[in-house]
Amino acid sequence: MHKDALHGKWEHRDIHNIYGLYVQMATAEGQIQRSGGVERPFVLTRAFFAGSQRYGAVWTGDNAAEWDHLKISIPMCLSLGLVGVSFCGADVGGFFKNPSTELLVRWYQTGAYQPFFRAHAHLDTTRREPWLFGPENTALIREVIRQRYALLPYWYQLFYQAHKTGMPVMRPLWVDYPKDTATFTIDDEFLIGSDLLVHPVTEEGSRGVTAYLPGAEEVWYDVHTFQKHNGAQNLYIPVTLSSIPVFQRGGSIIPRKDRVRRSSTCMENDPYTLYVALSPKKFAEGELYIDDGHSFNYDTKKEFIHRSLTFANNALTSSNLCPDCNFLTSSWIEKVLILGASKPSKVLLKMDGKETPVDFEFDTSMSVLTLRKPGMNAGADWTLKCLMKESFVNIPVGPSYTTALISLRFIPFLRVTLKALKM
Amino acid sequence: MTCLHLLLTLVFAVSLGTPVEIQRPRGVPLTKKQFYEESKPFTCLDGSRTIPFDRVNDDYCDCKDGSDEPGTAACPNGSFHCTNAGYRPMFIPSSRINDGICDCCDTTDEYNSGAKCENTCKELGRKEREVLQKMAEITKEGFLLKQQLIEEAKKGQQEKQSKVTDMQENKKQLDEKVEALRTVKETAEQPEKEAKERHLKAWEEQKAAIRLEKDKAKMAETFLELDDNADGFVSVSELQSHAELDPDADGTLTEIEAQGLMGGAEQVDTSTFESVWPKIKDKYHSEVSREEADISCLVRCLLCLCVVQAQPTIKTPEKTHEDEEAMPPYDADTQALIDAAQKARDDFEEAEKALREMDDQIRNIEKELSFDFGPDAEFTYLYSQCYELTTSEYIYRLCPFNRVSQKPKYGGSETNLGTWGSWSGPENNKYLLMKYEQGTGCWQGPNRSTTVKLTCGKETVVTSTSEPSRCEYLMEFTTPAVCQEPANIDPSPHDHVEL
Repeated sequence: MHKDALHGKWEHRDIHNIYGLYVQMATAEGQIQRSGGVERPFVLTRAFFAGSQRYGAVWTGDNAAEWDHLKISIPMCLSLGLVGVSFCGADVGGFFKNPSTELLVRWYQTGAYQPFFRAHAHLDTTRREPWLFGPENTALIREVIRQRYALLPYWYQLFYQAHKTGMPVMRPLWVDYPKDTATFTIDDEFLIGSDLLVHPVTEEGSRGVTAYLPGAEEVWYDVHTFQKHNGAQNLYIPVTLSSIPVFQRGGSIIPRKDRVRRSSTCMENDPYTLYVALSPKKFAEGELYIDDGHSFNYDTKKEFIHRSLTFANNALTSSNLCPDCNFLTSSWIEKVLILGASKPSKVLLKMDGKETPVDFEFDTSMSVLTLRKPGMNAGADWTLKCLMKESFVNIPVGPSYTTALISLRFIPFLRVTLKALKM
Repeated sequence: MTCLHLLLTLVFAVSLGTPVEIQRPRGVPLTKKQFYEESKPFTCLDGSRTIPFDRVNDDYCDCKDGSDEPGTAACPNGSFHCTNAGYRPMFIPSSRINDGICDCCDTTDEYNSGAKCENTCKELGRKEREVLQKMAEITKEGFLLKQQLIEEAKKGQQEKQSKVTDMQENKKQLDEKVEALRTVKETAEQPEKEAKERHLKAWEEQKAAIRLEKDKAKMAETFLELDDNADGFVSVSELQSHAELDPDADGTLTEIEAQGLMGGAEQVDTSTFESVWPKIKDKYHSEVSREEADISCLVRCLLCLCVVQAQPTIKTPEKTHEDEEAMPPYDADTQALIDAAQKARDDFEEAEKALREMDDQIRNIEKELSFDFGPDAEFTYLYSQCYELTTSEYIYRLCPFNRVSQKPKYGGSETNLGTWGSWSGPENNKYLLMKYEQGTGCWQGPNRSTTVKLTCGKETVVTSTSEPSRCEYLMEFTTPAVCQEPANIDPSPHDHVEL
């Protein structure tokens, strides 16, 4: 169309680029109207503009089954996240041509940790359903898909935050570590929220990757092995075809639904497992957001649960971030894992004014405390207290108090000494 | 104590007429019941841990192998057994318990999800029994047909085998005959060749003589023509009147050039003209015959126009030179030799042709015998048959052991979907699948190929064609040759009481 063709008063050149936005917008609004304003729409688009994030997801378009295209999916979605378009992803496996088995597996691994996760291909390519590559590769792909589904509560809460604040779900490292110049050029590694660091393997035949763990004061826990690593270092990680280097930031709490299901709808009433990764200061915080997953009632009727989870002073507390919200869930907390913990002598659940003991296991080698079936409802107020072995240090004691204690002891001695010295 | 309990429960339940379920943890099959004894702590079936019995099915995964949670979805690898009274018992992954989807027909997998499942076991059981009954019938009849096919195949095999042996014999004889005739032919051809050569040579000589005569005559004629003043001499000036004789083709025949042609002489007589003649005879245009030629050409053209349908025997010679006469016929002796040789040749070729045909036939039969028609040759009857299936757009044609093709219903050329490759079924029975390969190429794709899936049926017919992957086709084909010996199934429709 000619650039100076008129649409009413507007020249085509002024509105050409927002056509894609309008198509997606109209489709989304049509879907909403169809349900009488009740159900949230889902519209995937390839053409978009600033503001398109309000109407649905985008994907990077017709890519090809090539390693370079896999690699570039990361900076493409990082850039889009920075301009507000968080719900981004690339066709897993590449649209044109046929991926090798290794490329397909690595793409599933990378795509599962990107916001929009979908496998797609041109009609004329050979079939590439994930179960067509032999039992080992099927198992690898199944494993990474399960990891994504387990993290859906975390993804969901990040999308709620993106919805409220615009903060990108998938972000470059420098967004959270703007003073760490080592993060400025990294585009093969990214953060999901502030708490999950992902460095997928995107090189053919790779035997190892070097991941940068940012933050001089941070620690990062490998989510598969719970191994702890210090921040501000380049970590060399040997990899095999099954490896997906993912780290949880020390100081964060990530809720997961670890039960295996066929679809997210089947997961609705499943229990949560809380992964509490402690910072060097033995502190952690996180959130839990739950709504019905399909309607606008979270907005029109405040039907959602938004809780703040905090671990401090050996106690994990869940407090209500939205007291005038009303939503009920049958989901409960089936397990709590505390990484970087010390072994308690007892663990108590304090809820509704009652205290009940909670069974636990402690893995000494990895410093992981597992609380077995605390059982509280995910929407309730509760505290889990870890009682440590009896010692002086039951009350928080700082250095100043100790000095005071010691100096109090010394004062009579000083008096005697001074007297003796006739000062 | 528990035994009594059990007995009482049994009696009570039986008197009520309800099917009895032996007490065991949810999801545990009867075969594993002994591992789940309420009164004892439970040891994971992989031996990794022992836990108090109240932790079995308590909705928390304690065992690595998932054996402590058969009846809940707590473990990712658990296994749930649904009894499905009235149908077939089934194992489903424990992750399907209480997920809102009705997986077991007896609804036992959704006991706490709010999903409203209906017990469909009776209905499913009835349907399956129907299907099984039908299949049993078909298998029975199909198997009988198969026996017939095997019989015929055996007979056919024997016939073909003996035919081949006979033909081999004949072939040997033919071979010898051919060789004999070859010798005869060669013996006859030798004198024929010689005789022909002689005749030809004589004819060539004759022709040469005639040509020489003609040439001489022409030369004399030309001399007379050139000799304008009829003084018995051809002078330079007389020669010059024929400008076409110009040797350097510059348009004029100069005196010097003319002299040159005459070999330096001023004039030549008939004898010396003989040396001049060769130099000019090609270029020389006859004065008289030119006019004559013009007239005769004209006359002939008119004749042509009038007599359109010229009789083929009328020769219209265009050449102004004398005609090449036809070679005179062979003399009697030579002709006799030729005839003899020809007959020998004919006999030989006839015999050779017969030999070739015999060879082809033998090869065809041997090819047929070489095919793998199944362990009892039950597929023999498919050879050289073709089976068609018409869909909305195409006519698909399967010629077993030969090729598969597709032709548009409303006109268009045939596309080759593959030629016979091999049997490609699974290891335990490769005769369940046929592979046809190297068909017409696909644009930017593989060569078309077809897999034919064989199932037991009373009729031999193609039941469907599909294209599960681009340019890779799948045909479903029923034939009695694939029917197995029917086992004795008792399709009595009554509920089995769970033991």
